Amino acid sequence: MEITEELRIKNHPILQEPEVQKEVTIFYNGEPVKAYEGEPISAALMAAGIRTFRRTVRRNEPRGVFCAIGRCTDCMMVVDGRPNTRTCMTMVQDGMRIEPQFGFGK
Amino acid sequence: MRKISTEVAVIGAGPAGLCAAIEAAKAGAQVMLFDENVLPGGQLFKQIHKFFGSKEHLAGIRGYEIGRQLLKEVEQSGAQVMLNSVAYGIFPGLSIGVVQGEHHYEVTAKKIILAAGGKENYMSFPGSTLPGVMGAGAAQTLINVNRVMPGKRVLMVGSGNVGLIVSYQLLQAGISVAAIVEGAPLIGGYGVHAGKIRRAGVPILVSHTIKEAYGKNAVEGVVIAALDEQWKIIPGSEQDMAVDTICLAVGLSPMTELAWMAGCEFIFIPALGGHVPMHDENMATTNPDLLVAGDVTGVEEASSAMEEGKLAGIAAAEALGYLDAGEAEKRKTEVRQRLSILRTGLFGEKRRSAKSSQIDAMKNYLKKNLPGGGM
Repeated sequence: MEITEELRIKNHPILQEPEVQKEVTIFYNGEPVKAYEGEPISAALMAAGIRTFRRTVRRNEPRGVFCAIGRCTDCMMVVDGRPNTRTCMTMVQDGMRIEPQFGFGK
Repeated sequence: MRKISTEVAVIGAGPAGLCAAIEAAKAGAQVMLFDENVLPGGQLFKQIHKFFGSKEHLAGIRGYEIGRQLLKEVEQSGAQVMLNSVAYGIFPGLSIGVVQGEHHYEVTAKKIILAAGGKENYMSFPGSTLPGVMGAGAAQTLINVNRVMPGKRVLMVGSGNVGLIVSYQLLQAGISVAAIVEGAPLIGGYGVHAGKIRRAGVPILVSHTIKEAYGKNAVEGVVIAALDEQWKIIPGSEQDMAVDTICLAVGLSPMTELAWMAGCEFIFIPALGGHVPMHDENMATTNPDLLVAGDVTGVEEASSAMEEGKLAGIAAAEALGYLDAGEAEKRKTEVRQRLSILRTGLFGEKRRSAKSSQIDAMKNYLKKNLPGGGM
């Protein structure tokens, strides 16, 4: 199955509408991605349908979000030039530049 | 490196750590609470279901509402909350290494309460490393905290309460759940949860497992298969399902790294998630200045984590002289009564006997290792 639409949840039966959050723009491989202040980078990328966050050093295999709470380190990317950044634990900032990480990153 | 000292240092601001900090600070102790996240609350804010138990256990209240309540209480208690702060080690002399952004601290404490929580287990199968395969708790964080869908159609692995509750919450978030597969011949969680799932039209396939997940750069589908009585795949029973996400709800393990590092003695109890630190009825480990609370002492759930946190907080305050023995005993007895009620019933009974074997192990250890100890 291919993901083509924005994966934001609207009209939840239990949770109220989230307080209006400021929209910011982050850049994934140079392309603008819509994000909201206070959310982790991983959530903004997943909402945009981006699932491969890094590739492994030996076999070049794709990896993405596994635990979403900072334990597994599968979501590490290069954020503003800094490799090995856990994107599920790092909140978005306007203008942030995110690149997929290859191997150990540099 | 900056040096800080405090009377009580609590590691982890989830339900157990928050309750420990609140109780110790309310009694008058100086408390610092450390958590690596930008917000306290641990995993409470993704729990949007109503809690079980009785009124004293906050039953009928949704997890995130309990979280908000605890944050208010911790603020009023006077405990100092240090966020973005990773406690990476416990060193001799009861000193904790903490990194906060670019800053490095050495925190010394008279008592440490370790409430590090648990982490989700992984399950290996061909394709299990593909993006789109994630913990059920990860999906729960995405939908309930971040309000983002992990995908459009999910296969859930595991029918314990986490698998059942998260499946239902995925449906509430507008995501379709293709099926729940369960390796055992019986559904693992409460019948009331399973009933809700089935009424929503989601099949729960017992004696079934994942054979493989496939996809080029992320999950595009999954092959499931039936298992025989020896848990071997029955040839020809394979079914192909188009899903973009696979959630693993195959248990949790205590995050005990810091307790190992501090030299605590452990006992292996599978019902509690594996190796867990021995502790006494005051939550003190074999290092009497290191207390533990919540999932790090053995995986249960948030309600008992909160009670264990209170117990550790009261015990730490008592040891520091902030509560006299009579008052402390009164408070601890109330908490222990609530804890024992939480550990009753079909699921609670197993945890009750596991927890008492953990406390018995501690008693035996003290008898063997301290002259005249354990009397």
